[in-house]
Amino acid sequence: MNMNNNVCQDLTVLSCRPTGDPSLVNLVLSSPGWTCRPGQFVMLRPSGWGPELIWPRPFSVCDVSEDGLRILFQVVGRGTRRLAALAPGDTVAVWGPLGRWFRIDEDRPNLILAGGVGIAPFVMLARRDRTDNLSMLFGHRLGLEHYPYGEIAARIESEAMQQKTPADIADFEKVLAGRIEALAGKGQVLACGPEPMLKVVRKYCLQFGTDGQISLENRMSCGVGACLGCVAKTISGDFVQSCVHGPVFDVRDIELGA
Amino acid sequence: MDQTVNLGSLTLANPIITASGTFGYGLEFMRYGDLSKLGALCLKGISLAPREGNPMPRIAETPCGMLNAIGLQNVGVEKFLKEKLPYIPAGATLIANLYAQTPEDFGELAAIFAGQDKISALEINISCPNVREGGVQFGQDPLMAAEVVGAVKKRAGAKPVIVKLSPNVTDVRVIARAAVDAGADMLSLINTLSGMAVDIRTRKSRLANVVGGLSGPAIKPVALRMVHQVAQAVNVPVIGMGGITCAEDVLEFILVGAHAVQVGTLNFMRPDNAFRLVEEVRALAESLGIGSWDEYRGTLKV
Repeated sequence: MNMNNNVCQDLTVLSCRPTGDPSLVNLVLSSPGWTCRPGQFVMLRPSGWGPELIWPRPFSVCDVSEDGLRILFQVVGRGTRRLAALAPGDTVAVWGPLGRWFRIDEDRPNLILAGGVGIAPFVMLARRDRTDNLSMLFGHRLGLEHYPYGEIAARIESEAMQQKTPADIADFEKVLAGRIEALAGKGQVLACGPEPMLKVVRKYCLQFGTDGQISLENRMSCGVGACLGCVAKTISGDFVQSCVHGPVFDVRDIELGA
Repeated sequence: MDQTVNLGSLTLANPIITASGTFGYGLEFMRYGDLSKLGALCLKGISLAPREGNPMPRIAETPCGMLNAIGLQNVGVEKFLKEKLPYIPAGATLIANLYAQTPEDFGELAAIFAGQDKISALEINISCPNVREGGVQFGQDPLMAAEVVGAVKKRAGAKPVIVKLSPNVTDVRVIARAAVDAGADMLSLINTLSGMAVDIRTRKSRLANVVGGLSGPAIKPVALRMVHQVAQAVNVPVIGMGGITCAEDVLEFILVGAHAVQVGTLNFMRPDNAFRLVEEVRALAESLGIGSWDEYRGTLKV
């Protein structure tokens, strides 16, 4: 498998099924012939989309192998509703792998902080040979069985916390803060999840001086650095495209929107 | 069929040009196709000084289109010449897109690009709806448009000057004629239509800039009408654009009088689309028995 063969190609849908809850969907496409690193993403646009939906949609690679390209996505709007209706045999234009990935620190503990569908990129990470320096804290809203949590927990030390109420969210934040503080000067966190969670992660990383990487989910139209729609603001005030300079950034390098 | 298009002193291998602001500096698309196979590339708008652009969110998807309010974020001319231009492969036909806030600065930029061998033509952006000063202000007033065009022509040397027109005017022919009278070698149109999208729950605009420019198939009928009007009103080559997504669309613009076309939003739908379109247009023209673009152009029966 090629590491950098990021051309545009048409892949075939092998399966497209809700994980149990209709809002979370597992999409498996035919093998793209490349592999990638955890945190990298692809742009998808089904061949059947006419002019009514212009943009392709960006998704983290959940896993990729000779068996196929696996995407886990949440149904949140027009585009993802249409994607959820894909059927085996449909074709999808795919370009990738794109962007920067999570870099593992082999000498220190790496704590994964995943929120909801943000667990996706860590499925392929958990398949790596060495896992003794990885652990995961997972915050989720739906029942745990809807997420690929079990696959990850079978490989690395994992803990899950469900958030159904504001009190649950406050508890989760407390635990996050504690874990981030405990890693100060000793390890790093790798975070992917909804923006409110990323803001909390960033706040505590900066407060305790803990190293961290976060994956942004900015609105994106091209995925290749051209449209300048997905920019993130760096701490020096520059706008950089999150599709090529991210989506994974060092937590100290960028600001998060108010 | 020979796909060559003659735009006065500028000859293109085919009529497909990538629109400014949708194709970066070309470098972003090199892995998706051979840049030399395109008719030309209009590069991302460049100003004298770097511009950071507008706050986020800057883009919103709308039915059959999208809104953008990027605000002409760019690295500035100095950095462009040092860090971007040398890396664009020879063989690609490049059109620099110029943005400034005064006629003097437009002239200054023109003088800088006049000395760049790799740049084949200059396109003046007097139609950006997303910046406070300059931009569409110049494109909505025939006297100001003429002043900018004159300032650029004076210092552009032998480079052909294309003036990119805004659809956000009462009569596009008035500005078109003013630009041509001031020396424009070509016109390109249409830039985006001023528009909005709002969220009824958060009660906010979907763009931090509140308003933005609408592009994509939604604007194609408007673009086609304006290209048709302008092609009849002036005697310089017209480059048509607005919502082109397929070979049929390209031929529609040529039928109403365009010499060439630009494709923009199409590049976001799939990064190799412009390269594929070149081949699709060739195949369609041949299947229709078109002998040359000169023979087909402007032959709409009315």
